[in-house]
Amino acid sequence: MAHRVVIVGGGAAGIQTALELKSRGIEPIIVERDIELGGKARGWHKLFPLFTPAKDIIDPLIARLREERIRCFYGQEVTEIASDGVVLRSGERIPGDAVVVATGFTLFDAHRKQEYGYGLYDNVITSVDLERMMNSGRVVLTDGSEPRRIAFLHCVGSRDEKVDQKHCSKVCCITGVKQAIEIKQMFPDADVFNFYMDIRMYGPGYEELYRSAQQDYNIHFIRGRISEAAETINKRIQIKAEDTLTGRPLRMTVDMLVLLVGMSANYENKNLAQSAGIPLAPNGYFRTQDSFLGSVTCEREGIFFAGAATAPKSLADTLAEASLTASAVCNYIKVKYTK
Amino acid sequence: MKRTSWQEYQKDIAADKYYYARSCIRQNFFPGSEKAFLDILSKDLGVDIFDDPLHTSCTGIGYHSDVVPLETIMTVVARQFALMAEAGYENFVSSCITSFGIYNEILNTWEEFPETEERTRKYLKEATGRELVKPRTIAHTSDIMFYHRHEIARRAKHRLINALTGEPLRVVEHIGCHYAKIFPKSGIGGSEFPYVLAGMIESWGGNVVDYPERRHCCGFGFRNYLVQANRGSSIANSHKKLESMSPYKPDFIVANCPGCTMFLDKWQYAIAEMDGTTYGADGKGIPVLTYEEMAGLVLGYDPWELGMQFHQVDVEPLLNKMGIEYEPEAKYLGKGGKYIGRPAPAAVNCEEARHIYEIRR
Amino acid sequence: MRSLNFGYAISHPRAIDMDNNDLRKSRAIIEEMPELQACISCGSCTASCTAGNITNFNFRKLHTSVRRGEYKGAYEELNKCMLCGKCRLVCPRGINTRGLIMLIKRKLGDF
Repeated sequence: MAHRVVIVGGGAAGIQTALELKSRGIEPIIVERDIELGGKARGWHKLFPLFTPAKDIIDPLIARLREERIRCFYGQEVTEIASDGVVLRSGERIPGDAVVVATGFTLFDAHRKQEYGYGLYDNVITSVDLERMMNSGRVVLTDGSEPRRIAFLHCVGSRDEKVDQKHCSKVCCITGVKQAIEIKQMFPDADVFNFYMDIRMYGPGYEELYRSAQQDYNIHFIRGRISEAAETINKRIQIKAEDTLTGRPLRMTVDMLVLLVGMSANYENKNLAQSAGIPLAPNGYFRTQDSFLGSVTCEREGIFFAGAATAPKSLADTLAEASLTASAVCNYIKVKYTK
Repeated sequence: MKRTSWQEYQKDIAADKYYYARSCIRQNFFPGSEKAFLDILSKDLGVDIFDDPLHTSCTGIGYHSDVVPLETIMTVVARQFALMAEAGYENFVSSCITSFGIYNEILNTWEEFPETEERTRKYLKEATGRELVKPRTIAHTSDIMFYHRHEIARRAKHRLINALTGEPLRVVEHIGCHYAKIFPKSGIGGSEFPYVLAGMIESWGGNVVDYPERRHCCGFGFRNYLVQANRGSSIANSHKKLESMSPYKPDFIVANCPGCTMFLDKWQYAIAEMDGTTYGADGKGIPVLTYEEMAGLVLGYDPWELGMQFHQVDVEPLLNKMGIEYEPEAKYLGKGGKYIGRPAPAAVNCEEARHIYEIRR
Repeated sequence: MRSLNFGYAISHPRAIDMDNNDLRKSRAIIEEMPELQACISCGSCTASCTAGNITNFNFRKLHTSVRRGEYKGAYEELNKCMLCGKCRLVCPRGINTRGLIMLIKRKLGDF
């Protein structure tokens, strides 16, 4: 009989881990909290840096999962994890020979940065809202008109002690560049401004895309964090920042302000980690053994990680890591049960 | 208004038994407001508030302008708290935002650095023989007014509504920086969307104006106005706010800080004299009220009893809008009908009909 | 308008006002030299600048200000440049900085 592995989370990390395990003759079971698979990537419009439609990645993954007849529990929240299985909120226990934590991340709630007026001002939106708008094929202001001046703000809920998010969310810089280009493609006459603190272009093709945004699309990059956004009498957004490269305060009015929201650790990580007796990193993510050979394992044997449960990661990094996780799980089971 | 965030910041405000600490500036510029606060609380609402003649200035202005050292202000603050305890109270109410900020900062400093508290206890004992007892709650007077706003609304004789059109008045609220910018949790609604004045305005029938520079400082800044050469930057901040709010045609401004109320009022005069600009819809100034004056008008107090003749910008257009009856001739008559003098005409003011005392003279 | 002497005047805001600055010249400069937007503000140009080492001429800051529509004094400032071309040699983004100096001077004239 095949060995069974319980995977907590049915996003990209969980699905890819499941497919890899299945191909190695192990029986994966996915427990998903949502009623659908696909996680955060579902509903995303296009992916950096090549503008790949997100559904071109996620849909085939889900389709392969169905073809492989991999068992999935939907709408079930895992409340306890151990190396030999998980416990659901219903109290039901799902046993396994190993457990993979692929619980991903929580989007930073932009309401918490009150000074930007998200939820109060009509034309202050998040990068996620913008993806949904682009998915619907209609990016407009709340009065139905086209934006002519758009500002993106990097690092909303990242690198910010005030909201207890000291880490870098890694993907927002390149997302900001990607979305700014998409806006320029939609509205070539619009002026687009990206307010950034640092531009961190760590991946292949990212820096090239950044340069293209600057040079080919004439997107303005202003180094400085927006300190405050306020609504004007005609529903535009007045923003204040420092243009740190000229050393002067800068103010302007835009039609739309896009907040590039970061990745936060899931609130539930604390309880899950406690149930398994494993530590969390100071930023609330699961702590791996190390960043090198133990990047998908923890102190407790039989518990593995995949994807953004341990740190902010791009979809590409997540998918690559899931294969590594599957391979680590296989080795573990082989050593433990083949005697 | 889509304000929901204010509910995230609530604070413990006592319902009764307050120890009152006055404000230096307000006693000089808005003496009627402090009197009105005491009257509204004790006479209208029937709560216990103690106005202690023994307490002093908190020395905040001296502290913020570098003439009073930290140890001294801590000891002065400790003495106020000691007086409160001796009088049998534990809910400290400060009439001034600067003081409110100082009380909160000092209490937090004592918390974070217990050795400073010990030192202060020693100094207080040596200097006055008194014992420091920390208050159970600390609130600003606007918090207290906010707490009782529904009770005031129930007794309202006038509402913040234009009596002619029936439309709600458009009200600009301005919150003193040291109310919630030092400790967002010390203020109702936090620092970005404070609800303390907005809550009063809304429950008394007015509409709050959210204009782009709402959160900007009035420019008071102690050193910035104390030194004449620095006043240009002080006035520039009020100027920026007035420019930003004027398209909304506010009927009046209400502030909860002594300095802000004074400056938003008096800088209008200076700006009008300097570059000829006035900000009111009628080509005059925008009246600037304290929250006690606002509450007093709602409760039917006489505007001259509230001390509104002390304002730079005339309040008569607002009184007329609210349908408040008042005696125009009595404006510059003080206690016992004694003429108290009147300011020279200015661009921000109404050139109203001649007053009776001018004829008498 | 009366003018009382208060002993002070309303200070002018220091902020770069992107709503009221005339960005037409800035746009014309970028249009002619789009790679200027690729500047990553590394400061190599200023670090290597012959003029910048003996005066307060800061080329990085200057062209950034010009792009924001802050033209005042830029022309005079650019007269400090000796056109040695070292900045162009070091620029990691390949911006023709020497050409840019002439371009800004030409577009701004005696602004």
